[in-house]
Amino acid sequence: MVAREFFKSLGVSLWFMVLTFPLVAVRVNTIENTIQWRWANLAIVGVGAFVLSAVWRWALVRRETMLANAASGAGERSVRVWDSPVVTRTLGAALLVVFMGIPWLVSTYQTNILISFFLYVMLGIGLNIVVGVAGLLFLGYAAFYAIGAYAYALLNHYFGWGFWTVLPMGGVLAAVAGVLLAFPVLRLRGDYLAIVTLGFGEIVRLVLENWSDLTGGPSGISNIDRPGFFGQEMTVAGTNIYIYYIVFVAVLVTFVVAERLKDSRVGRALQALREDEIACEAMGIDRVGVKLMAFGLGTAWAGFAGVIFAAKTTFINPASFTFFESAIILSIVVLGGMGSNWGVILGAAFLVLLPEYMRAFSEYRMILFAAAMVLMMVFRPQGMIPARSKQYRIVDRELELSGE
Amino acid sequence: MDVQYFFELFLSGLTRGSIYALIAIGYTMVYGIIELINFAHGEIYMIGAFTGLIVAGILGTMGFPLPAILVLAVLVSMIYCAGYGYTIEKIAYKPLRQAGRLSPLISAIGMSLFLQNYVILVQTSDFVPFPSLIPEFAFLEPIAHIFASSDFLIVVVSAVLMAGLTLFIKYTKMGKAMRATAQNRKMAMLLGIDADRVISVTFIIGSALAAVGGVLIASHVGMVNFAIGFLAGIKAFTAAVLGGIGSLPGAMLGGLFLGLSESFGAGYISSDYEDVFAFSLLVIFLIFRPSGIMGKAKVEKV
Amino acid sequence: MKGKISSFVVAVCLAFAGAASADTIKIGVAGAHTGDLASYGLPTVNAAKIVAKQVNDKGGINGKQIELVVQDDQCKPELATNVATKLVSDGAKVVIGHICSGATKAALPIYTEAKVMVISPSATNPELTQSGQYPTFFRTIASDDAQAKLGVDFAVGKLGAKKIAVLHDKGDYGKGYAEFAKKFIEEGGKAQVVLFEGITPGAVDYSAVVQKIRQSGADTVMFGGYHPEASKLVSQIKKKRIDVHFISDDGVKDDTFIKVAGKDAEGVYASGPKDVSGLALNKEAIEAHKAMFGTDPGAFFDSAYAAMLAAVNAVAKAGSTDFDAMAKVMRSDLVETPVGTIKFDTRGDAEGVGFSMYQVQNGKYVEMK
Repeated sequence: MVAREFFKSLGVSLWFMVLTFPLVAVRVNTIENTIQWRWANLAIVGVGAFVLSAVWRWALVRRETMLANAASGAGERSVRVWDSPVVTRTLGAALLVVFMGIPWLVSTYQTNILISFFLYVMLGIGLNIVVGVAGLLFLGYAAFYAIGAYAYALLNHYFGWGFWTVLPMGGVLAAVAGVLLAFPVLRLRGDYLAIVTLGFGEIVRLVLENWSDLTGGPSGISNIDRPGFFGQEMTVAGTNIYIYYIVFVAVLVTFVVAERLKDSRVGRALQALREDEIACEAMGIDRVGVKLMAFGLGTAWAGFAGVIFAAKTTFINPASFTFFESAIILSIVVLGGMGSNWGVILGAAFLVLLPEYMRAFSEYRMILFAAAMVLMMVFRPQGMIPARSKQYRIVDRELELSGE
Repeated sequence: MDVQYFFELFLSGLTRGSIYALIAIGYTMVYGIIELINFAHGEIYMIGAFTGLIVAGILGTMGFPLPAILVLAVLVSMIYCAGYGYTIEKIAYKPLRQAGRLSPLISAIGMSLFLQNYVILVQTSDFVPFPSLIPEFAFLEPIAHIFASSDFLIVVVSAVLMAGLTLFIKYTKMGKAMRATAQNRKMAMLLGIDADRVISVTFIIGSALAAVGGVLIASHVGMVNFAIGFLAGIKAFTAAVLGGIGSLPGAMLGGLFLGLSESFGAGYISSDYEDVFAFSLLVIFLIFRPSGIMGKAKVEKV
Repeated sequence: MKGKISSFVVAVCLAFAGAASADTIKIGVAGAHTGDLASYGLPTVNAAKIVAKQVNDKGGINGKQIELVVQDDQCKPELATNVATKLVSDGAKVVIGHICSGATKAALPIYTEAKVMVISPSATNPELTQSGQYPTFFRTIASDDAQAKLGVDFAVGKLGAKKIAVLHDKGDYGKGYAEFAKKFIEEGGKAQVVLFEGITPGAVDYSAVVQKIRQSGADTVMFGGYHPEASKLVSQIKKKRIDVHFISDDGVKDDTFIKVAGKDAEGVYASGPKDVSGLALNKEAIEAHKAMFGTDPGAFFDSAYAAMLAAVNAVAKAGSTDFDAMAKVMRSDLVETPVGTIKFDTRGDAEGVGFSMYQVQNGKYVEMK
């Protein structure tokens, strides 16, 4: 048995060494006509593939047994820490206190990093409504982030409008754009929808890049006003703390709204639609209306986040809103747990905070997250903190008496 | 309008279109059989170009003649890309055969990002010069100013490969098995067709064709980097959708249609919005005619 | 990797040292020190270290030692604002940087508010000096419009171009160059712009645009962008047998361009900073770099070295780090630097720094006199 596993792994290891040989072991320069051989890399691939293939097969077997267990009902409804309201409430309160105090304790730089973290949490929760709750794969989310950011930048640049005026508008604009996009694409099946949203995201970025007269093209827009505080002049560090609280409150609002939404009428309709559209329509759910709502609710948060982002950096250009950005937000949702807002927070911590504090690994950052996306789908599609749908318990006297 | 200018644009669109068609075949075949958009397909094309570069670099220093380098680079790159395609399917898609629609798609996006970053890590993130492997054909010299030999080779090779593939699908046993699996996988399995094998073969063929495209186009433009697969992949996917995804002649037709419309768009309007144009076509087609030019509308069975 | 960690360690040590001894002059160094564009930012750090060491060994500026505060912005606007706040809160009164125009634009409002003098060795976006929005900004490199002007004058004056096709790569730098070129051609009135187009970097094929050049009847092509696209364009132009002059910018004046385009590169014109390798101070700076780091310096080393010298001079002559006093010195005092003898105009551009036109001849860039 062990010997067979050993030879299997050996086989996989050899296969990968052969497969990756040209790219991993050789680097050529056809101008200088030089070839660089890097045999050490090949050894790493060989050893790595050997170990990983063993782990892979073990994990696949484990997955099968788990699935079998789930099917037979053995491992059902295990009580988890996350399900207990006591735990989540205590944790939530503790986090709230810590985050309220943090900007006064740490440097401006740290505050700045936390602001980016919160922005991503906001984006993640927003996308989660569309991807996690409604099950619609959305690949152009950065476009709505861009719509919010450019709404503030342009209105501020041309008309001098302030942050607080534009903040609600940014959200509304993004939501309207989301609904307008959703309107024609709703009839499309999941994978087509993904492509259309990807195309839309790229179109928005390309238009921002090429329409120089309005948007400044690739040079972007600079000197965007920071948020005002009743006309008070503030230092840079002061504004920073101020923005921190703005984004913190925004995250809280986003979180609470998204949590409430999940258990609301619309939220339950969305989750049902995710599972079976035809059955839902037969039950009388307004498919189009509910889905439009999901798009609007999901994209609005990106708009808000965009306005805050523009106010924070005071300079934006189209390079901040590429497909890559959409992919990062999507992986926050996927790794954290689709449909789970606590998962998004954890996912954002992994994807935004971790790389910031581990600069040495920055080269490996994206490849690790990409690999994690695939592995998550294979072994734990529900994410790090899986979403749990609300359970309703019906207390029925008669049943209790008659049954057991 | 100037007839010669029109003709020039037509030929440049033909070159573009052939490449799109070659890559689009991979998308359309995979979609036809397992109904999955293989996002990593564009990256296979890119890896094909890089493998070709490495083979050409090694053979170049060994003093091989140019046509031999070209043929070997294409062949080796086809074999390797077939290997990559096969492996990717086994890792990222096969375990998800039973899962819902969303999981394989996300897995595919993860795979695509993984391959891009893999190439950054083991090769480079810069643009790398690619040697010009395509010899100058003497008989094309009179019209070389409008139709260079690399254009000629790309069009001819694509046409031959596509004809070959059509015959393969039509007349071989494997081809029949593929068509059967595409029509109804469960039924095909009941009749003794090894669906896993059919899927593997699909990935292998699609990837090998993308590799040919990768090497030829890299030699044509003289540059490769890790990101070329993203744009080419999206364009090819657009081509597949235009032609009706799942349909082989549709992919070819869609490729040519997209290539020509981009070329005429750039020639008569402006190349500033070249990509916007392609993406808009994609979005419009998906919304108003998701079955494409050639495809048939499908009724979802309950 | 080692370099990154050690520079990080240096930065941390310096930061702690700063807390210990208050009586130093803090000079911030900001730019891309990790990531794709690190090769543009790290030479500036080296230049600053060399000058700081030389000055400190001689007893500092008016008896005060220079202390460098090195911060990485990866050329990203959102990080640049973090860096700027950090430098300002650390008490830097002079900053050498940032490296990229976009990051510089994002950071400048913070410096402007704190009245910190900023000298960039490499941010060439014209708006930075010409908009008048950034009074504390100086640079030791000429702006993009100067290049475009040189290119147009060369095309119209020397080559006698009548019909010019202007192309760009849709990027910040390339599009800026192309737009200025178009403006100067139209203002000059001697030639006309027959084509103005953007090409997509990484597209599978440029032949449609190349056919368009032929169709437009252009005798000269001006291209704003970097060498990867330029070499593709040049080789496709040659492949399609079109006979035009090809003029481009500093992004193309790179030896890699000649290597990639091979014999197609022959005869291509590109503008680049004036050849200053003959200056004594320039040779001295390069020697100092070799002595301290053991390698040849990289991109923007000269102009960073010049920026640092100008900063030291300004602090010394002004007798303090008060911005208005320093700015007065910057605008009136001539300084010997590796890029020539320079002073700054009221907008912050260096006088005496400029571009020359180069042509590829026998596989080398040769300066056109």
